[in-house]
Amino acid sequence: MDAKAYQTYTESRAKRSHVLRDCLRAFWVGGLICCLGQALNVIYQWAGMEEKPAGLCVSVTLIFLAGLLTGIGWFDRIAKYAGAGTLVPITGFSNAVAAPAIDARAEGYVTGVAAKMFTIAGPVIVYGAVSSILYGVLYYLFTL
Amino acid sequence: MDWLQFLHAFWVGGLFCVAAQLLIDLTKLTPARILTGYVCAGVVLSAVGLYGPLKEFAGCGAAVPLTGFGHALAEGVREAVKTDGLLGALSGGLTAAATGVSASLFFALLWSLLFKSKQK
Amino acid sequence: MANNGVIRFTGGCYLAQTATTVGKKEHQGPLNAWFDASESDEYFGQSTFEQAESEMVRRNLRLLLEKANVKEEEIGAVLGGDLVNQCTGTSFGISGYQIPFLGLYGACSTIAEALLIGSSLVSGGFLPSAVALAAERQYRFPPEYGSQRTPTAQYTVTGTGAFLLTAEDTGIRVADGVFGVVTDGGITDANNMGAAMAPAAADTILRYFDHSGRSLADFDAVVTGDLGQEGLELTDELLQNCGLDIAPKHLDCGVLIYDAKKQDMHSGGSGCGCLASVLGGYFFQRMRRGELGRILAVGTGALLSANSAFQKLSIPSVAHAVCLESTTGKGA
Repeated sequence: MDAKAYQTYTESRAKRSHVLRDCLRAFWVGGLICCLGQALNVIYQWAGMEEKPAGLCVSVTLIFLAGLLTGIGWFDRIAKYAGAGTLVPITGFSNAVAAPAIDARAEGYVTGVAAKMFTIAGPVIVYGAVSSILYGVLYYLFTL
Repeated sequence: MDWLQFLHAFWVGGLFCVAAQLLIDLTKLTPARILTGYVCAGVVLSAVGLYGPLKEFAGCGAAVPLTGFGHALAEGVREAVKTDGLLGALSGGLTAAATGVSASLFFALLWSLLFKSKQK
Repeated sequence: MANNGVIRFTGGCYLAQTATTVGKKEHQGPLNAWFDASESDEYFGQSTFEQAESEMVRRNLRLLLEKANVKEEEIGAVLGGDLVNQCTGTSFGISGYQIPFLGLYGACSTIAEALLIGSSLVSGGFLPSAVALAAERQYRFPPEYGSQRTPTAQYTVTGTGAFLLTAEDTGIRVADGVFGVVTDGGITDANNMGAAMAPAAADTILRYFDHSGRSLADFDAVVTGDLGQEGLELTDELLQNCGLDIAPKHLDCGVLIYDAKKQDMHSGGSGCGCLASVLGGYFFQRMRRGELGRILAVGTGALLSANSAFQKLSIPSVAHAVCLESTTGKGA
């Protein structure tokens, strides 16, 4: 068997993930997190906040909760079950910042914690910023 | 209270997650790439004018997924270009993202002071 | 003259004693009774995971010296390695011992490489005795990072095994073996190590039976290190295509060490501590009891690095085989 045939063969025989099961789990957990956000939003606005700051506070609250669950070691257990259900909401971003930070303590607070925080968050911020800049330039040119 | 808003938040948010789950299971894309892709996709969807109405409809179902983060970047840029011109293209995005990013960084430092890594 | 890496220890090299230490998950697994020691503290009383690995090596070597009742000065050399950057897991653990140290790297095949080289030194009469060891504990991803693993992924074994080799007949001989060739099946998926290593395992096993003068019938078991369920099946298929059916005698330490279903370990265990602990615990003791007469231990290593994976290079692999046999005529 040559290398190409071997690669195709190993890929074809490798057990597949349970796609349907994974999707159902991602759906209800992800949906629930968004509902939690919605509930927080209602509460913040009921407490007298404007729409925009209320939205920001929802994000901050979810980031706080996801980070706390990461710290006490629950987040990865939930994520193992929910997959993209916890990854895609802002909770996934918070976990991606907090987990390497906690893990890198031994390498120091500068070279370890602060640097490793950006392992996954860095690319997200960089490409998010770059695409927004490109959009801003295009928007500027087309609305002149 | 608008209960329908919760229903819409649930299924729209859930579907964003299902799409990412399909990417995880069926392609070799790593979660880090999916997060990055979602933010960029949010910027694009917002730029073409789709994400604004979706957020109107689904509330946190559109705001909480990372595409919502991209939408916030795009909205920020749009507002900044309107007021500051071309310079706004540089300042608008990260200004809008500042709350979420700063909160993530600040809390992460806090957690690293409080918690120690455990084997799984 | 072509000899294809086959090596015969004609001067005589014997396995005198082993010591094994494992972590919590391995302690909960089906082979628990066969290991000498286990540690439930994932930090082994240290402050970092890397120091924990060194501590595991340090303790296990002391355990070996105690079990074999030998002094440090009597050991000719320690040969071994691990998968922490630049083999620091082992070299930090060994510092403090007054024993010469040779650091080896063969990824997860390290223990087989160490046994072959150590046996050469002892059998050749260059050293009176040597210790071969390899260790690993999981440390690759931030443990708190939430993600799902694919069904072919394996779990890195927390464990170490140390083997004392001597020139006196102790009942178990290191008879011969074969050094492996680096084989590249073109696999790039780091979550399918079994598929990456299977061609190397098959190549080495085939070459051993082609050139050593022994046949599969002489063996009670062919023991691979950490192919996992996926790699075990692939290796058997590759060898069947070449007309060699090892499946009935093929055991894989990565499959044996965990209860894949109950412990949710997907394709099984991996890492260079996998073969080291299971060979030194389970198989060594079964040979001593006379339940196994001759086994071929095949260490398989995936020779990738974090960088090569990011650069999307394929995963070359190597496998070294070593034949252990009972000299008392027990077993098959």
